[in-house]
Amino acid sequence: MRQEADYVLRTVEERGIRFVQLWFTDVLGTPKGFSITPAELEHVLEEGMTFDGSAIDGFSRVQEADMLVAPDANTFQILPWQVDDAPVARMVCDILNPDLSPFEGCPRHVLRKALRRANERGYKFFAAPEIEYFYFASDSLTGEHGVRPIPLDSGSYFDLTVTDLATELRKRTVLTLEDMGIPVEHTQHEDAPSQHEIDLRYTDALTMADTIMTVRLIVKGLANEQGVHASFMPKPMTNQQGSGMHTHFSLFKNEENAFSDPDDEYGLSEVAKKFIAGVLYFAPEITAVTNQWVNSYKRLVPGYEAPVNVSWARNNRSALVRVPVVRDGIADAARIEYRAPDAACNPYLTFALILEAGLKGIEDGLVLPEEAVTNLYKISHGHTSDDHRQLPGDLQAAVDLMEKSELAANVLGEHVFEWFIKNKRSEWAGFAEQVTHYELERYLPSL
Amino acid sequence: MDFLACFPDPFPLMMMRELEVGGFAVKSFGDVEDLINHVEADEDSSVSAVVVSTLSSPETGWATCRSLRTAKNPIGPILVVVQTTRISDLEMRDDLYDDFVLDSMVEGEMSYRAAHLLAKSGKSRRPELIQHGPLILNTETYQALLDGKPLDLTYMEYELLKFLASRPGKVFTRDTLLSRVWGYEYFGGARTVDVHVRRLRAKLGEEHANLIDTVRSVGYRFGSSRWSPKLH
Repeated sequence: MRQEADYVLRTVEERGIRFVQLWFTDVLGTPKGFSITPAELEHVLEEGMTFDGSAIDGFSRVQEADMLVAPDANTFQILPWQVDDAPVARMVCDILNPDLSPFEGCPRHVLRKALRRANERGYKFFAAPEIEYFYFASDSLTGEHGVRPIPLDSGSYFDLTVTDLATELRKRTVLTLEDMGIPVEHTQHEDAPSQHEIDLRYTDALTMADTIMTVRLIVKGLANEQGVHASFMPKPMTNQQGSGMHTHFSLFKNEENAFSDPDDEYGLSEVAKKFIAGVLYFAPEITAVTNQWVNSYKRLVPGYEAPVNVSWARNNRSALVRVPVVRDGIADAARIEYRAPDAACNPYLTFALILEAGLKGIEDGLVLPEEAVTNLYKISHGHTSDDHRQLPGDLQAAVDLMEKSELAANVLGEHVFEWFIKNKRSEWAGFAEQVTHYELERYLPSL
Repeated sequence: MDFLACFPDPFPLMMMRELEVGGFAVKSFGDVEDLINHVEADEDSSVSAVVVSTLSSPETGWATCRSLRTAKNPIGPILVVVQTTRISDLEMRDDLYDDFVLDSMVEGEMSYRAAHLLAKSGKSRRPELIQHGPLILNTETYQALLDGKPLDLTYMEYELLKFLASRPGKVFTRDTLLSRVWGYEYFGGARTVDVHVRRLRAKLGEEHANLIDTVRSVGYRFGSSRWSPKLH
């Protein structure tokens, strides 16, 4: 650790950095942070910095409000923008209790615990997300008609809309990410107006969760500079596709892809099949986390390339788990794609739960159901080969399932589990008492 | 600055000046005891190397070398100055010095030899630069420049680049890189190396991404192969 800290201190001095941002994430996946000056840096690197945790959602009860942010010097990175003409850097932080033990409400800690358990069984866990989001005109938030999404363009899938601002913005975003050492695998204009997608190259899950938080900040920050509002809201527009975060996962054991078996019909090892079986088995009870907002469930409806049924398939983009076809000889590329999470989830908690669901499948030797071969969007009720298990239809149903989930309680830990359920119940209650525009349009004239 | 202890006192003035011009802090001492006391009294003046002149008195000079070598904490490395006509004094004494220079030396020779000794012994406090084409790494300040512009690297990216760039042309497996650069258990295992190489390539930019080559089913190599130089 000393050398990493030395690296940080020297770089701050050499590059004339005037502020170092300490980033961390609350339980709902909202980025939080402090700025410190170089003068405070050495001390903070050694001993962390005290702050009032009760000010952060899901962190502490008032009587134990004091906590520490402890920067991870390995994540020190100069940011691609400046403040007051001086370069700024950031470090991602862990949250500690005053006695320096890890704070159980810290999402990074939850994921690290899960990764450690996987490591004990010899597994390394990798993730590569496809992050979708929208660019909206800034009047979307402050226009005379109140908050309402106004897309920047009307391009659709693979359209070449070279000159438009949104595409220009996405291009700049990708270049900025690459400058920050975040390699982008692929990027494209999505189906809906002003919807864009950025696919990242895989990394270990902890780094990826940090990276996703960074990407969200950069996408929003660069858009904001141009007076554009970038949003990861799961379903901002009725009748348009929502923004998902389909994520590709793989497990490695002894430096070999544990999901790969070139001799298998599907190219999948036994480990992969049990992992998928586990993910499918636990999917409904972890959906409250992978899709954590009232709005998330407006995306999980039939007809918009979002999963509804609990199923898996190779070439069927309506399945919950997709197994991408891997070309011969690239065993390392064997992976599964979990399609439920949306772009507004907390990536730390989401990755931790998916990993543990899969590992449980391996441990308990769960059996993989049959592949869903027909297009699940078009299936009328009663014709799926699966047992018709579906993802919960709204946040309330999701929280009900989660509350009974031993897996979720174990993985998240008591603190996060209890706070999360309480918070989500109250979000649902707030929503349930609202009279919506839909109701007014539909009922007011006739009832 | 690197501190050179010179024997005896007075040390030939012209040589003293040359070393100072060469960027060293220089002080002359009459005997080894004086030097030990000086170092103990002043923590900042730890000795980078010793220059012993045998010109005025060969016996005293060689005796000094011997005391430096046999001290409880041997002091060195030792650069010995020998009269051209007495070059045979070096015979059978090679355990007493690390390099020598004759009094017929050319201008600058002594500084270069001293600097070389320091670099070899790893005791130099001068910034060490690793340079390869458009890339310069300063291992003292941890800074990396590409085409004169600073690269914003994380610690591990910097360490990986330093490791590779200081051994150009050599192929390393992922496992070797993981154990030599990371040196500890990491969540990502050897895949971590791939991830960091990609991150580095992204930061090097399209034009220079090929500074780090993937050697199929083996690992990575910095710069071109020694065996099949690429045409640029």
